[in-house]
Amino acid sequence: MSFPLLTVTAAVPAVGAIATAAVPAARRTAAKWLALAASLLTLVLAAVVLVRFDPGGDRYQLTESHAWISDFGVRYELGVDGIGAVLMALTALLIPFVILAGWHDPDAAEERAASDRRWRPTQGFFALILAVEAMVIISFLATDVFLFYIFFEAMLIPLYFLIGGFGDRAHSQGEEEGSRQRSYAAVKFLLYNLAGGLIMLAAVIGLYAVTADQLGEGTFSLQAIADARAAGELDMATNTERLLFLGFFFAFAIKAPLWPLHTWLPNAMGESTAPVAVLITAVVDKVGTFAMLRFCLGLFPGASEWATPVVIVLALVSIIYGALLAVGQRDIKRLIAYASISHFGFIVLGVFAMTSQGHSGATLYMVNHGISTAVLMLVAGFLISRRGSRLIADYGGVQKVAPVLAGTFLVGGLATLSLPGLAPFVSEFLVLVGTFSRYPAAGVVATVAIVLAALYVLVLYQRTMTGEVKDSVKHMPDLRPRELAVVTPLIALLILLGVFPKPLTEIVNPAVEHTLSDVEKHDPAPDVEAAK
Amino acid sequence: MEALIGLLVGAPLLGAAVLLCGGRRLDRTGHWLGTALAAASFVIGLILFIDMLGREAEQRAMHQHLFSWIPVADFRADVAFQLDQLSMTFVLLITGVGTLIHLYSVGYMEHDERRRRFFGYLNLFLAAMLLLVLADNYLLLYFGWEGVGLASYLLIGFWQHKTSAATASKKAFLVNRVGDIGLAIAVMLMFTTFGTFTFGPVLESTGAAGEGKLTAIGLMLLLAACGKSAQVPLQSWLGDAMEGPTPVSALIHAATMVTAGIYLVVRSGAIFNASPDAQLVVVTVGAVTLLYGAIVGCAKDDIKKALAGSTMSQIGYMMLAAGLGPIGYAFAIMHLVTHGFFKAGLFLGAGSVMHGMNDDVDMRKYGGLRKYMPVTFVTFGLGYLAIIGFPGLSGFFSKDMIIEAAFAKGGAQGWILGSCALLGAAITAYYMTRVMILTFFGPERWSKEGPDARHPHESPKSMTIPMIVLAVGSVGAGFVFDLNESFVHWLEPVTALEHGHPPMSAMTITAGTVVALLIGVGTAWAQYGRRPVPVQAPRGSLLTRAARRDLLQDDFNHVVLVKPGEYLTRGLVYLDHKVVDGFVNGTAASFGGLSGRMRRVQNGFVRSYAVSMFGGAVLLLAATLLMRAV
Amino acid sequence: MNPVNYLYLAALLFAIGASGVLVRRNAIVLFMSVELMLNACNLALVTFSRMHGNLDGQIVAFFTMVVAAAEVVVGLAIIVSFFRSRHSASVDDASLMKL
Repeated sequence: MSFPLLTVTAAVPAVGAIATAAVPAARRTAAKWLALAASLLTLVLAAVVLVRFDPGGDRYQLTESHAWISDFGVRYELGVDGIGAVLMALTALLIPFVILAGWHDPDAAEERAASDRRWRPTQGFFALILAVEAMVIISFLATDVFLFYIFFEAMLIPLYFLIGGFGDRAHSQGEEEGSRQRSYAAVKFLLYNLAGGLIMLAAVIGLYAVTADQLGEGTFSLQAIADARAAGELDMATNTERLLFLGFFFAFAIKAPLWPLHTWLPNAMGESTAPVAVLITAVVDKVGTFAMLRFCLGLFPGASEWATPVVIVLALVSIIYGALLAVGQRDIKRLIAYASISHFGFIVLGVFAMTSQGHSGATLYMVNHGISTAVLMLVAGFLISRRGSRLIADYGGVQKVAPVLAGTFLVGGLATLSLPGLAPFVSEFLVLVGTFSRYPAAGVVATVAIVLAALYVLVLYQRTMTGEVKDSVKHMPDLRPRELAVVTPLIALLILLGVFPKPLTEIVNPAVEHTLSDVEKHDPAPDVEAAK
Repeated sequence: MEALIGLLVGAPLLGAAVLLCGGRRLDRTGHWLGTALAAASFVIGLILFIDMLGREAEQRAMHQHLFSWIPVADFRADVAFQLDQLSMTFVLLITGVGTLIHLYSVGYMEHDERRRRFFGYLNLFLAAMLLLVLADNYLLLYFGWEGVGLASYLLIGFWQHKTSAATASKKAFLVNRVGDIGLAIAVMLMFTTFGTFTFGPVLESTGAAGEGKLTAIGLMLLLAACGKSAQVPLQSWLGDAMEGPTPVSALIHAATMVTAGIYLVVRSGAIFNASPDAQLVVVTVGAVTLLYGAIVGCAKDDIKKALAGSTMSQIGYMMLAAGLGPIGYAFAIMHLVTHGFFKAGLFLGAGSVMHGMNDDVDMRKYGGLRKYMPVTFVTFGLGYLAIIGFPGLSGFFSKDMIIEAAFAKGGAQGWILGSCALLGAAITAYYMTRVMILTFFGPERWSKEGPDARHPHESPKSMTIPMIVLAVGSVGAGFVFDLNESFVHWLEPVTALEHGHPPMSAMTITAGTVVALLIGVGTAWAQYGRRPVPVQAPRGSLLTRAARRDLLQDDFNHVVLVKPGEYLTRGLVYLDHKVVDGFVNGTAASFGGLSGRMRRVQNGFVRSYAVSMFGGAVLLLAATLLMRAV
Repeated sequence: MNPVNYLYLAALLFAIGASGVLVRRNAIVLFMSVELMLNACNLALVTFSRMHGNLDGQIVAFFTMVVAAAEVVVGLAIIVSFFRSRHSASVDDASLMKL
């Protein structure tokens, strides 16, 4: 038996979480270093997976398969394809930065818990982050629907505590109101995602019933279902397929989040600390869009095509609506949350455009949006922690006193507005082209977002960073070495992937061919076969 | 030789990276590093130019493929360069004028503590602009296109502590982004129509595509060009962009970046040639803008804004020429180059004047400066003569050609366009004479004592030398270009050449141009030279007042776009909170209410529980019996 | 005698017990009513046993008696301790668990 590389990759953060949680109360700093070490080890393992992955090889590689609950055909099946590989790498890449950026985040909870020695917020905070990482990685690697479902749902538990237990202290209406808002956000997040998960559970059971009915014994294995479909043994009734599709899609659309199921995101991102907000939007939400690509399209190709017009419209509404709302926000973190909703609209648009460019673009978009939002959000977090306010109006002229902070914030902003040369441009343009080649009108509408994105980013930058230096920011220190260490590698990566994204596209392209063949689609041919 | 092309972009890019990331250590030497790298790029450009001249006209284009940028299925975007005569012209203009302006900035920005960063931005601009003109496909061009937009944003807002500068830079970026929508859609249309967006294949196979598609591509390209080149209806940003330091106005907002739109139209000539509808829109935009800019330029008292109006108007000329098709392309580029010389020179002169006048820009508070700044006066004067088209100077040749070509369009269109161009020439002469008289002639109107006292003086050498070089260019370029039609033939392999046939002789048109010039100069002299100029601007006629407000363009945008946009976003924020979120919260609340009501059944009285138990038992019993009976 | 008459008696006793449970508040009386209902059931069980000619009903009746005895022990203990803390034997006072 070969070495279970994927299991180990997912297990390292899980073990790290347990170990971090077990550190005695007095050794807080040791817990931080332990968590950082675990996340770095995960990053190394993820890099090994990327290197071992052969883009030209089988669809799922490094596979592991063990019987788990044999009565229901549930198997512990892991495997990595190009799309899962890059997203797993993104997760492993971002977590060390999240941990480093959140180095002092639990201090507030630590003060509150000072009298009670049993309660160890620092250990808890970093253990929860590692737990989320482990679950997200398993979700990207699971090729068994049931296995995926379990971790897709289980993620909610650590996230609930991260949002509710370690909120942002910078609240304009005082500590008590802040605490109320925080628990509102945490409960809202939990209920939304739980509702989606329950409906998905019904669809998961339905999938079992259908496979049990048609194949003799029920299965949740993607590979088995694909093989059965290819052999003509599995042929879902149209209505069944559509209902099952809707059950899955609903859960993913909440997680993604797609308009009009988006309202939990601004609350959750606004009330949690910046690193947790990054964890939510840059890592966890990607599971939603990733699952659309893998499960909705892979399991229910016919229904996906049936739903495409509606989904495209929802995606377009998300894009424009999210951008317009971002323009109207007064709170920095909520602004970034609405911008993310707009970007998730692009990802969904790319997924359902069903072209090579759309799918590759959507996958790259997930990676690039993760990095660019991390930069913007983390720098915003550094800014907020200095002044203790999330309101845009409380800032002004920061550029003069903290030029490096302002500069990195601008780079994050420019990445968010998809400036060529930075990574998000590549993915956004691919999504636009992919959409345009099949649905020209949708492509044109989505293009409007490039102006709106510039509007919300530049207005934010102008109001916070330029103009007269406000008294409240006069003595603001510039980025500290720890903060620079967080931001600089991410910015370097944004530039690298913007100018030379080929290493990523080489991994993603073959996987995209597979997803396209799942839905039996081909790229539209150009009008004129131009002279080569 | 091909390998050198990448270095053209690489040198300034390196400079930008080093200067922006290098930190305080480079504060003392950074500006010289930036200037040296700009000059290096110019030298490489010269080497390539000499190499190019040594070859046959048809063999001159060079290619360099660096690496594959975004490969996904049939979508192939490469980082590859194409250096042909058109690109070469731009390369020399950009690096040449760019180097001079770097040199000028060394003196101009001497007292600015952020000078190192200024040079970093300037180098970044050069790199992006060179990328724009050297790209061999539209997506890479788009890269450079947005890159110059970014550099322009950073440089307009260089003095960020001024709210007006920050606002102006944001406005410039946003308006340009509206244009970028056009370029993005054009690239997407090309991809779906031709399956590629590389210049060669696209431009060679226009014959096979439908005219509707080509018109759509053309109009989208024009939208992009309007944004970048400040043409109506996306012109509103250029006036505000004068908030940036003057060298920036000279380099980016006069000589190079704003002409990128012309480059785009001329480069895409094959597409426009195949679509007369698109061409008609191009000439209309050009004609409207050339008059619009000229009128605005007449009313401004701010020297830089008057020159900005003039820039708009001159680019209108180029756009007009580019819309005429093969009879105009070469002249559009020729005017672009001569304009690059004289307008950059004029801006540097204006900067020199401001330098000596404590950064005051109000021309009504100038006057009689020729005695104090002789070099500035002479170089500015030569630029002035060139732009109004004084016979023998560069502007005369290039502008005269465009007017001829406009008449040669033929029919009513030709007459209308030609007349617009002639009228524009007269107005140009008027407003430039006005600038000249207000600044250098007449009584001295600035205060000589008190806190606002001005002590005009000539600028240092590092500033005057670039002005002298540009003045020489303004004088000589036209004559050199016109010699044996050398410039037109140089560009011929790229733009193709057709000779237009105006409805009258070339001499008549030239005479008409000279008459228009004299009328313009005479009117300005009558108004400002013979009569004293009030320091406070008079109320002026309705047209003057409108022109001072840029012909109400900002008011129009405010009413039509900004205000409704504000209401829309505010409404949506309210809607998101009350309706979308309200619906969800409402669902949650109704569940809460329902359970509250159901809770009341549990009232804590044993008897009521017993009743429900007995009731249940009776019901079960009844049901059982009923089932039996049935 | 017709065994059905015993059933009528059992039904009557049960109804009396049930109405006692429903209308009385005193815990002791309530308890007695519950006992009455249990014994009515016992009577019915014994009658059925007789009617069907087997011993099943009588066996179940014994079970009922055992359960009733156990119930009395626990129930009376609860009532006594409740009376001690509340000085009342009314069941309406025992609503602490109601939210």
